[in-house]
Amino acid sequence: MANAESILKPMVVSPAAEGARPLLDLLHDWIVTVDHKRLGLMYIIYGILFLVIAGLEATVMRIQLAIPHNHFVSPQVFNQLFTMHGTTMVFLVGMPLLFGLANYLAPLMIGARDMAFPRLNAFSFWMSALGGLILYFSFIGGSGLYGAGSAPDVGWFAYAPLTSPAFSVGHSTDYWIVGLLVSGIGSIGTAANIVTTILCMRCPGMTLGRMPLFAWLNLVTSALVLIVISPLTAAQIMLLIDRYLGGHFFDTQAGGSAVIWMHFFWIFGHPEVYVLIIPGFAIASEVIPVFSRKPIFGYSIMVAATLAIGFLSLSVWAHHMFTVGMTSYANAFFTASTMAIGVPTGIKIFNWLGTMWGGKIRFSVPMMFCVAFLFQFLIAGLTGIMLSASPFDWQLGNSYFVVAHFHYVLMGGLVFTIFAAFYYWYPKVTGRMWNETLGKWHFWLFLVGFHLTFDFMHIPGVLGMPRRIYTYEAGRGWEIWNLIISIGVIFQIAGILFWVVNFIWSYFRGEPAGNDPWDAWTLEWSTTSPPPDYNFAKIPVVDSRRPLWDLKHPEDPDWKYE
Amino acid sequence: MAAPSIALKQPEMPLSHELRGRVGMWCLIAAESAIFSIFVVAYLYYAGKSLGGPTPGEVLHVPIFNSICLFSSSFTIVMAERAIAQGKLRLFGTWWFLTIALGAIFIAGTAREWYRLIYEDGLTISTNLFGTTYYSLVGLHAFHVIVGLIGLSIIMIFTALGYVAQEHAERIGVFAMYWHFVDAIWVVVLSVVYFIAR
Repeated sequence: MANAESILKPMVVSPAAEGARPLLDLLHDWIVTVDHKRLGLMYIIYGILFLVIAGLEATVMRIQLAIPHNHFVSPQVFNQLFTMHGTTMVFLVGMPLLFGLANYLAPLMIGARDMAFPRLNAFSFWMSALGGLILYFSFIGGSGLYGAGSAPDVGWFAYAPLTSPAFSVGHSTDYWIVGLLVSGIGSIGTAANIVTTILCMRCPGMTLGRMPLFAWLNLVTSALVLIVISPLTAAQIMLLIDRYLGGHFFDTQAGGSAVIWMHFFWIFGHPEVYVLIIPGFAIASEVIPVFSRKPIFGYSIMVAATLAIGFLSLSVWAHHMFTVGMTSYANAFFTASTMAIGVPTGIKIFNWLGTMWGGKIRFSVPMMFCVAFLFQFLIAGLTGIMLSASPFDWQLGNSYFVVAHFHYVLMGGLVFTIFAAFYYWYPKVTGRMWNETLGKWHFWLFLVGFHLTFDFMHIPGVLGMPRRIYTYEAGRGWEIWNLIISIGVIFQIAGILFWVVNFIWSYFRGEPAGNDPWDAWTLEWSTTSPPPDYNFAKIPVVDSRRPLWDLKHPEDPDWKYE
Repeated sequence: MAAPSIALKQPEMPLSHELRGRVGMWCLIAAESAIFSIFVVAYLYYAGKSLGGPTPGEVLHVPIFNSICLFSSSFTIVMAERAIAQGKLRLFGTWWFLTIALGAIFIAGTAREWYRLIYEDGLTISTNLFGTTYYSLVGLHAFHVIVGLIGLSIIMIFTALGYVAQEHAERIGVFAMYWHFVDAIWVVVLSVVYFIAR
């Protein structure tokens, strides 16, 4: 198609337009593309863009909280900041990054030339992009026609009745609703696409039992997305009905219930956490074996544990609501189901350790991020078990302890594995190697920053500091901890700068990476870096879980042992 | 480096590419079911909690004729699927048109019911909790029927213009899955709204 155009075009194009053509063509190619690799990259770039924005929002909040009685931002702005930070990180950073990685890698790993529905893929990406745009347009247009804009300020879980027209005047909450509704449609489209791709587009020989764990875990994630995004969509439709048509779903004065919003939100909200972290597991399950020079330990148990996490995650939502006041039966049930989820998660940690045990470990940057992930995710899991006990949660629910816990999961777990993924697959995507020294600087600065910020965040929580306060009094013993937390941010930003410089510099000046810089085993490393449009000149045929190992070691192929 | 292809034994084939339309539609149905289940839960939770009338018992009549029409449309669409699989395009067009007609009768019936509820019984979406949940749940279903009717009509137009042929049987079948889903959901909505929570 592109070739046919370039042959025909010179006859009609004028000399003046020739200079402008390449850039416009490039832009046009990216906008109309249905290629899974380009859409994956667009998802990732979109996610990184919002990662920077939401990171800056967090930075402003930490400046405000660094010392008591600070006046860096007003309480109103602070409310908008934590609302937008949370919403952005979950919907416009976490999910796009994970969908981007799955989009780029899943078809390559299963030996396919594209996703099952390439046009749906493009549609879903642009819907998500539109959703993000709508959400951020609120900064300009949030109050409607009255002039100054205002961003949503009702918190990322937007509890009723704060979202009712009486308490949320103007349109800022509507931007929150509609932005997420639209990006939710994109998420469901992409999830359906990933499930279908992984089930139907596998190459000959790629049975379910031979799929890379990355594909397996993304299959579970996407199946989970299908059933957990919809409750949020439904609840948001109800909220719109309440706000615009005079409905009474969450209107307590007409017999409605504010608590049912919490149920509907967390039926989405808690599985969403697993939607975000399972792809992190997926990344660790690819990186750790390759850098330990051993196949993954307990492949089938890993798959089973993931399925168990997926199922269990649907039955734990009300542990977010212990402080709301439920029956003792509900408290007992949700405590037990939440603790039960620690079992398959623990199995996973042991399997990663089992993979490293006795392996010939190479401590390159992706592996360092994964090892840090193991430690941090363990601690995050332990504080999770603490909070799952409802009496403990009555004491520390809605405190900084909770904030520390879920940032440990999402930063220490997810963000670290995403960085591992960026370093691991960067040579495949760009064809160039990054700089190891700069990468190590990034890792160590980010690690120190992470621990300064989030280790010490537990303490003011235990001392009684509630979340979402815009300032606090001196003399409660919170000052020093808050100062340390804020200082940690500086290290994190410094680490991020090393990462940005490294990746931009390496894109132009990095060493050529070759097809397979890590001596890895999955199919994406069998094609060129970056992969051609069609991925594989010849559709591969696989006989084991490590097809590239078989190819490189014909004397000792894996399929002999299956 | 060439792609690995040391096939010594016959490779096991995964699910066929041909099935991807159906798998994709199952995914959509799963997501839609989750949306409906939240609305159904809300309906059941709020049943009998309205602070004022009218109540379901006073104003709702079981839409028997409507429901028969919608359920029959599942039968007619199956006949249409069979016809196109055998390449009988004229027969396909007839069954397809009947499906649209039955769906349209259903929507017209819902419109009549709503008209009566609003103008005679004074029940709107903001009257009470029953009104809010009733119009939301039945309206959500009606919205899906309308989307289905638009899809059916587009295929009808293509059939009339001669673009639909036997080779499209699989795609027609995928679309029919959506229509069957809309019918099946009506079983749930009908029993919840008109029988269980009356």
